[in-house]
Amino acid sequence: MGLLLAVVVVVFFLIQLAPGDAAVYLGIEQGTGDPEFLAKIRSQYGLDRPLLVQLGAYIGQVAQLDLGQSTYFNQPVLGLILDRLFATVLLASTSLLFAVVVGVALGVFTARRPESPASHGVTIVSLLGFATPVFWSALMMIVVFAAGHPFNILPVSGIEDVRYDGNWFGEAVDLFQHLVLPAASLGFIYLAIYSRLARASMLEVLESDYIRTARAKGAHERVVVYKHALRNAVIPVVTSVGLQVANLLSGALLVEFVFGWPGIGRLAVNAIFHRDSPLLLGIMIFSAAMTIVANLLTDLTYRLIDPRIRVGGSR
Amino acid sequence: MTDFGIAIEPVETGGRGAVRMFLRNKAAVLGLVVFTLIVLVTVFGPSLYGVSAKKMVAPPFLGPGDDLGPLFGTDYLGRDILAGILTGGRTTLLVAAVTALMTMTFGLMVGSLAGYFGRWIDTLLMRFTEIFQVMPSLLFALVVIFLLGPGTRNETLAIGLTLWPGAARLTRAEFLRLREMEFVKASRAIGCGDLRIMFRTILPNAMPPLLTWTTLIVVIAILFHAGLAFLGLVDINTVSWGSMMGKNRGYAINAWWTVALPGAAIITTGLSIALIGDGLQDAFNPKLRGR
Repeated sequence: MGLLLAVVVVVFFLIQLAPGDAAVYLGIEQGTGDPEFLAKIRSQYGLDRPLLVQLGAYIGQVAQLDLGQSTYFNQPVLGLILDRLFATVLLASTSLLFAVVVGVALGVFTARRPESPASHGVTIVSLLGFATPVFWSALMMIVVFAAGHPFNILPVSGIEDVRYDGNWFGEAVDLFQHLVLPAASLGFIYLAIYSRLARASMLEVLESDYIRTARAKGAHERVVVYKHALRNAVIPVVTSVGLQVANLLSGALLVEFVFGWPGIGRLAVNAIFHRDSPLLLGIMIFSAAMTIVANLLTDLTYRLIDPRIRVGGSR
Repeated sequence: MTDFGIAIEPVETGGRGAVRMFLRNKAAVLGLVVFTLIVLVTVFGPSLYGVSAKKMVAPPFLGPGDDLGPLFGTDYLGRDILAGILTGGRTTLLVAAVTALMTMTFGLMVGSLAGYFGRWIDTLLMRFTEIFQVMPSLLFALVVIFLLGPGTRNETLAIGLTLWPGAARLTRAEFLRLREMEFVKASRAIGCGDLRIMFRTILPNAMPPLLTWTTLIVVIAILFHAGLAFLGLVDINTVSWGSMMGKNRGYAINAWWTVALPGAAIITTGLSIALIGDGLQDAFNPKLRGR
């Protein structure tokens, strides 16, 4: 909670330091720089009060779950964010799920035969995934799958097609089709990370004493790998997933921008273009809160995987 | 050495052993060669090639290999893609290098203070670091640019501000680990001051993971800068790999080379640096010595 408050204070001051405020922007939009008009707007939005008073008022608002009013959309910021939350969470969680499941499977599979060509393949793909800009793979997918190109089977922009309105099955299939390319381009980056991580951690676990013990007592190889080793090998993966949540939003921002996916990331880019500081501020605070919640969930997941870890308790 | 009837193989320690390990790693050497070539090409390429990256030189949308146009084709304004890649590389590499330097310096300062002194200094500094870690990095960089305005200097600052917490955490972990070691206690016993212990005793021993981390940071900074430029939130008069892709984004469907080739430049650079980083990591790992 203290952390969130600190984020609010830091971001608030950063944005207040920016040259030009909402009044100037609205003035430009109305085609006027008239000081009287600007003063009126400032007093209307309370922008003429001392900074500390504004900050105090803002914190009071945030505590009541009110993130203020967007200057460009002229709508409550929280509502704007919640409208787009579903799209972003859908995109991010699908990519993450794809990356973790496929990544761990690849990592475990190749760790059992470290010198095989498939194992080296995983290393190469993971290095490639690390060095590839996420918007580049997204654009290349558009080039390959767009209309008039050889694989014209998937939509490359937006989230839904109007022709399915009212038909829930059609809508669901349509949503899934729109999701495939953005999720694949975002997931590829994380697939690279997790396959490598899972492979390294599996290799280490397979060398440990308790695996030798399990083998010595005659446990079946499949039981050794999937029951004894896997559980311990996924702990670093879980840690990394927890740490990556904030970064996942960064990646999602670029992917949303390329695919016209109506999520929070695109809202943030628009907020910048419109110099809509309340909206930008709200998005920052909202995503910081989401990251904090995700970190808590990660801690809880540890306990499910590794019963030795007690959240908040002493060792 | 065979006094006890046991053959002890001499183990190389320090820098020379690491260099030898590195040179034995074919992938790492390949990465180093490719990266050196890229640096040379971006430094000398633009003047040798002699074509402006900002001027129209041929009809727009000529494909690579088209007889009428330059080798890598032209973009939507008829600008030479190859010239753009050569010139844009300068911006990208410069930003990445300065960012990495900044990130490591600041991260090292915060991390070493927190790790060495511990107690309330550690708590305070780590709380401060956390603030920067819960904000999505790209979004935070966008806010900083929103605040300072575009321009190469501000972009570097924005990326540096978002990347230093990782370096600080890594440095702190290394200092926490090393400060309890015998040799650190020994230097404290002979009366060395805190600064001397921090920078002459602990730091050299903490360098291997930090160097590997630096290579990662360079790659991440390249991707970050490309991302910002792609969104069009940087100085629009500066040519960079990211901005080339951003400007040609709308034409990618019909002119793939306008975005594919600058992207390939980023991937090649990133891959070569990542290979160097991998090589460094293995070279510094004493477990792999003598294999």
